[in-house]
Amino acid sequence: MLDQTDVQTAPGSVGLVQTQYFTFPGPLRLASGKELGPITLAYETYGELNSDRSNAILVEHALSGDAHVAGRHHPDDRKPGWWDMMVGPGKALDTTKYFVICANCIGGCMGSTGPSSINPATGRPYAMSFPVITIQDMVEAETYLLDHLGIEQVLCVIGGSMGGMRTLQWAVSHPERVRLAIPIATTSRHTAQAIAFDEVGRQAIMADPNWNGGDYYGGPRPERGLAIARMIGHITYLSDEAMHRKFGRNLIRDNGLEFGFEEEFQVQSYLRYQGDSFVQRFDANSYLYITKAMDYFDLTQPSGSLKKELSRVRAKFLVISFTSDWLYPTYQSREIVTALRHNNAYVTFAEITTPHGHDAFLLESRQLTSLISNFLSYAVD
Amino acid sequence: MPLTEPAAPPLPREEALQRTAPLKGELEYIIELVEPGTRVLDLGCGTGDLLKALQERKKVFPQGVDIDEEAIQVCVSKGLPVYHGDLDEGLADFGDQALDYVILTNVIQVLHRPDFLMREAARVGRRVIVSFPNFAHWSARLQLALLGRMPRTKRLPYEWYDSPNIHLTTIRDFQDLLRREKLGIHRSVFLRSTRDGRFVPVRLWPNLLAEQAIFMVSRD
Repeated sequence: MLDQTDVQTAPGSVGLVQTQYFTFPGPLRLASGKELGPITLAYETYGELNSDRSNAILVEHALSGDAHVAGRHHPDDRKPGWWDMMVGPGKALDTTKYFVICANCIGGCMGSTGPSSINPATGRPYAMSFPVITIQDMVEAETYLLDHLGIEQVLCVIGGSMGGMRTLQWAVSHPERVRLAIPIATTSRHTAQAIAFDEVGRQAIMADPNWNGGDYYGGPRPERGLAIARMIGHITYLSDEAMHRKFGRNLIRDNGLEFGFEEEFQVQSYLRYQGDSFVQRFDANSYLYITKAMDYFDLTQPSGSLKKELSRVRAKFLVISFTSDWLYPTYQSREIVTALRHNNAYVTFAEITTPHGHDAFLLESRQLTSLISNFLSYAVD
Repeated sequence: MPLTEPAAPPLPREEALQRTAPLKGELEYIIELVEPGTRVLDLGCGTGDLLKALQERKKVFPQGVDIDEEAIQVCVSKGLPVYHGDLDEGLADFGDQALDYVILTNVIQVLHRPDFLMREAARVGRRVIVSFPNFAHWSARLQLALLGRMPRTKRLPYEWYDSPNIHLTTIRDFQDLLRREKLGIHRSVFLRSTRDGRFVPVRLWPNLLAEQAIFMVSRD
């Protein structure tokens, strides 16, 4: 366990950080036509905003992520933020050069307004009365945060998976506010396969008797359902090869096959652990709302043409995919690149060879960090 | 601080050729052909030396395509927009005449269908600049004629069985292809190397005396 001075001085670490909160009255007009407000966004920042406010990098988290990107909240936190390997002094998002911002998305459960928040109109949690939100709504809410921080234009928006969707959405919805965009391991629209996996996850939650139509706050939570949803999700984040390397057919105990249904294979125990630890930190209704937002994501709309919809972008792009990602396979990144190139955009595309599947964007990788840091340094005019 | 350029690991044979630093001077002849302020696509751009020079000296809007992951990394560290993928994929994204120049340096001879790529390049680019080693150079001819062996030269150092150069050609044969594809020649430059490793122009009997040929062609 580290004491405070260790945390503060650990090389490459941003040290101890605090989540901040920004509330605006709204109401925010949502893609569905409904309105939401007031809205609170939980966010963290690292590094210093420079005098001409030109060094801000907006990090967009994925489905299960949050505003806590780097560093630790308490000296004895077991783990740092979810992208600590990427954010800190001397790292790819170098906090001695850049002002890094990350906010929990609306619909989330890590401090931003979501289904578990109290609806001021009723004094009770929104639960399923929370309006259905989209990726675009998440981005619109973030514009209020940038306004609040006095940032007209960010140097870069970057994110993987759903964070990549939000990165793309930023570049499309607010082209004048984004100089560089780095969507990683993502897609311009959820395919039937991706929607199908999300649907199984949602059904698992809604089939849990504790879910109770979403009205479970103050009572037992639908932990079984959420854990199963997480297990399904986790399979899609890995790859055949990664799972084989990590677990093979290895058993937990050395006494041979047990001819029963208890935990036996290591991969079973791993998935159960992932599921069980997830329910400690995540809200089942948020899982429903956020996966639905991802399913609705389709940048080809309204015209039906991705080329046309991307014609407004002004940012320079670095699009990154991973060879073993089968949730958002490389061809889906290439579709984005094709549409950008068709529009004469500045775009670099790199496919990184890795066995780690979709989750590769969260793992330490020389290829990923050097692409990002060099793009940030040299793609700017 | 930017990370340092990744040290490139030894390249597999297939990729080695287009990485071979061109003899001094070859790129100069290509750079000279390019008008300033134009849109340039370099197919098989490797580590982006040509594109970077064109960007700095001719203020072109550069784009590259390469299949090699490390080459892409180096291009990004030079601020060049590059596409990681196959050459023909790299072309399919572009509309007719969307670019001013499509450049292929020492690439056509490693392709499965050079004729297909030439057609595509001429569709996408107003001008296509192609350079390739001339297999009819006298040293190659001598090895085949006198020794009865597959030629190996400075420019073509491989054994027949491990050569990435699966479609070697001569200046005359390439000109035949251009005629068949109805591609007109705007400029041609024929080069031989000197003892000190420079390239100098050849004016007489290029198909016999030139080691390297550069053509600028187009559909019109």
